[in-house]
Amino acid sequence: MTVLLALAIGVLYAAGTYLLLRRSAVRVVFGLALLGHAANLLVFTAGRLVREGPPIVPPGALAPPTPSADPLPQALVLTAIVIGFGVQAFALVLLRRACQEAGTDDVDAMREERP
Amino acid sequence: MRSVILSAAARLLFPLLLLFSVFLLFRGHNDPGGGFVGGLVAATAYALLSLTGGVSSARRVLPARPEVLVGTGLLLALGSGLPSLAAGRPFMTGLWAGFALPVVGKPGTPVLFDTGVYVTVLGIVLLILFTLQEEDEA
Amino acid sequence: MIAAVLSGFAVALLAPALAKRLGRGAGAVLALYPAALFFRFLSRVPAVVAGETPSASLPFVPELGISLSFRLDGLALLMALLVTGIGAIVLVYAGTYLEGHPRRGPLLGLLVAFLSAMAGLVLCDDLLALFAFWEATSILSYFLIGFEREEAEARAAALQALLVTGGGGLALLAGFVLLGQAGGTLEVSALAANAEALKAHPLYLPALLLVLAGAFTKSAQVPFHFWLPGAMAAPTPVSAYLHSATMVKAGVFLLARLHPALGGTREWVWVVTSVGAATMLTGALLSVGQRDLKRLLAFSTVSALGSLTMLVGVGTPAALGAAMVFLLAHALYKAALFLVAGILDHEAGTRDATRLGGLLPLLPATGVAAMAAAFSMAGLPPLLGFVSKELLYDAALRASPLPFVLVPVAVGSNMLLVAVALTVGFGPFTGPRGATSKLPHEAPVAMWAGPALLGFGSLAAGVFSGALSPFLSAAASSALGHPYGVRLELWHGFSLVLLKSLVTLVVGVALYRGRHRLRAFAERFAPLGALGPARLWRAGLAGLVSVAKGTAAFLSSGSLRQDVRVVVVAAVALLGPLLLSRGTFGAADALPSVRPIEAVLALLVVAGAVGAVVAGSRLSAVVGLGVTGYGIALLFLVFGAPDLSMTQFAVETLSVLLFVAVLRRLPRLRSRSAPRSRAVDAALAAAVGALMAGLVLAVHAGPLRSRLSGFFAESSLPLAKGRNVVNVILVDFRGLDTLGEITVLAVAALGVLSLVRLRLAAKGTAGAKEGGR
Repeated sequence: MTVLLALAIGVLYAAGTYLLLRRSAVRVVFGLALLGHAANLLVFTAGRLVREGPPIVPPGALAPPTPSADPLPQALVLTAIVIGFGVQAFALVLLRRACQEAGTDDVDAMREERP
Repeated sequence: MRSVILSAAARLLFPLLLLFSVFLLFRGHNDPGGGFVGGLVAATAYALLSLTGGVSSARRVLPARPEVLVGTGLLLALGSGLPSLAAGRPFMTGLWAGFALPVVGKPGTPVLFDTGVYVTVLGIVLLILFTLQEEDEA
Repeated sequence: MIAAVLSGFAVALLAPALAKRLGRGAGAVLALYPAALFFRFLSRVPAVVAGETPSASLPFVPELGISLSFRLDGLALLMALLVTGIGAIVLVYAGTYLEGHPRRGPLLGLLVAFLSAMAGLVLCDDLLALFAFWEATSILSYFLIGFEREEAEARAAALQALLVTGGGGLALLAGFVLLGQAGGTLEVSALAANAEALKAHPLYLPALLLVLAGAFTKSAQVPFHFWLPGAMAAPTPVSAYLHSATMVKAGVFLLARLHPALGGTREWVWVVTSVGAATMLTGALLSVGQRDLKRLLAFSTVSALGSLTMLVGVGTPAALGAAMVFLLAHALYKAALFLVAGILDHEAGTRDATRLGGLLPLLPATGVAAMAAAFSMAGLPPLLGFVSKELLYDAALRASPLPFVLVPVAVGSNMLLVAVALTVGFGPFTGPRGATSKLPHEAPVAMWAGPALLGFGSLAAGVFSGALSPFLSAAASSALGHPYGVRLELWHGFSLVLLKSLVTLVVGVALYRGRHRLRAFAERFAPLGALGPARLWRAGLAGLVSVAKGTAAFLSSGSLRQDVRVVVVAAVALLGPLLLSRGTFGAADALPSVRPIEAVLALLVVAGAVGAVVAGSRLSAVVGLGVTGYGIALLFLVFGAPDLSMTQFAVETLSVLLFVAVLRRLPRLRSRSAPRSRAVDAALAAAVGALMAGLVLAVHAGPLRSRLSGFFAESSLPLAKGRNVVNVILVDFRGLDTLGEITVLAVAALGVLSLVRLRLAAKGTAGAKEGGR
């Protein structure tokens, strides 16, 4: 299963990178969202896949049963998910502003003028 | 998106979702849940209202403006770290009361912190959504 | 001791307010602080002379063995007394010198802050702390040189000084790190105790060269000497303090401080001695062609720093003894002469040596002080400069490397410096009145008191030089690493050394009498200066800037796609080979079996992503993203992460709502790229995907060893009274992180708000304008 998920993560990264390289600005934002998913899944998988259950201390016990899922990557990913939402919202609004200002959604046309 | 059925459903769902979000918040310390999910679910409840009845209807049932919620939540989270300072412990050391309340369990500063997270997340999501929708309506 | 020295930074903050309240008295009030420090250090003299080293320590990063430890040995005490004593004098002087200057307060504050940094530098025993103070003096020097910020010349000089000393500072840091590796400690005292092993270490030579680069840039040694004359753009009290008495001595101080640990090897003796001798001669030669009193003094300071470096390089007890005496003598007379130059500038309106003359009747107090200092610099008995020069000649004569080179260099330089001394401190007050723009009169007592005190100090220290012996012996002993007694005497008897002193004086006076012809002669060679290291420095700097511009244009082209490609290619090119060469993809620690539901979810995630890529419309792309998101949420649920799953579900739902809210306003999707560019991008994307998939497998090659996860799992209930470990980590163990993260989110939300509101506001005003028409 780990190998399968590694492949899925690879596809997510590839798809995100490809979209990030598109000229259509909306696709760039979609690419960001996919990369966010990819990173979350990467951290989660790197913390090892466990089917046994969540890291919750059952009544009467002092620690979660072993084996159970690793709580640390979960805590990291949890905030990352919510932050990903914030980033996505910000990117969307930024994109719209940029398109309005530049009069186009072509990323190449938005190219900053350099001397 | 002003469908009669949808807006009726939204009005029915709204209190349920809100109640569920508070339930998620308080059970979070011992079971799946917590301030992040709770805040997100609460935001979904308001988002449903605003999508069916317009932002103004959602704002009417919101106790304060989203900006204020964000600030309040952050202050709450920050403030939850202060009692430990008064007790001479490092900032944000968890302190717990010696008694238990129904539903909430033993009140402690981590619960206060999680409540801060809840309020902040709710405020942030609504701030974003309302802003975008109002631009759309404008 | 630590608090007393560091409190200067707080005192510095009060300076602007004090200057506003007290006017010219602010300098004198602020001077109370260094004066108090001075007397405090003075009270320690008997103890230090008796062989004690009072010390204090404040742990800073104890885990890394870094602490702020101060050690008051003889060398530190000598420097600390100079820094605080001259600091007090300069503050009093500056308060009056800058009367009416709009930014007098900040200048006084910078001076006080500098004083603290310099005191910290000379006192601390830890190399990293020393480096921090060292950099602080460089940065404060930058602000002080560029104080007249409206003048382009001052800004350029400040930048040059900062870049030269800052570059040297980087070398110094690298050298310190190597020393720490080689010696196993960053404490100077511990390094010195282990000197033999250190000198035999293979890292000794690189560490030595790096440290020397730092010391040479700071102390303006050839070929880095050019920044010091430029630094004369600073207000005169600053030049007197930083660029003669204290900061430029930091390099020499560091050499003396590290001499017990690093000195005495062939590399040390040859490099340090020859650079010092070259600097001594270069500074003296270049000073002859100057007309500006401050530039004259600056080049003579370069020469003096060269002779100090040379003496520390020679490293014999006699040489280090001479170095300590000269350090004191030079600080006393050079600070006095700088302050006198400032008075002349202030009162006569010029610093041109050829236009000043006959001022003694008009400025009697300043004149007497100036002459005392100048005579000390010229090496006239019975002033301290004479004693010091005798010791210098004696040490050069007995130096092991090439005395037949060092002696002529020392004598020749000193002949020229006699002429400089008389030009600055004697010439303006004697002879016919010069053509000055305004009628000079005596300076306020707050200004001439300083030079007078320093001049008197030069005299008293010379006459009673025997009494100074124990104190300067203590300083020399710290630089040597073992006890040594310096003998200071006015009368050594008839000897070769005395003969050299006499010849120096006679020739020097002759050179002074012929100074105008000498200068005219030197000025003929002025065009050669364009070939000097300053030019090389400027060319190098310009080259660096153009390389930086080229690199920036390539790496950050202004085109988003180009920039992303650069990042992607760099990541694949750097990480790929590493992964291939040492990555084992055996996935030993992986979960081998696949359940049907898991396979379906993984496929769902992949299908959503592919859908988002190939989608031709905005809505279908959003649907693709949603499929991926919900698929991941379900994967979280399957693998024991209900918290993540719920959060992901909620976020996906909100994302859909978000897209629904803005979708109508988003531009439509269009295919714009050429097929060729699409193929290139697809290849790049595939490479990234393969890299990341390989990374996941490489991570699983061995078992996971996380001490943290175990701690959190076991401590969750007992310490934090929570059964949901994930939540406990978020709200308790790592609560501060979470606080930071929700703050980041709040900033993102405010960003959204302001982007939209600004747009609406702009629309509003535009509409109002149109309506008004």
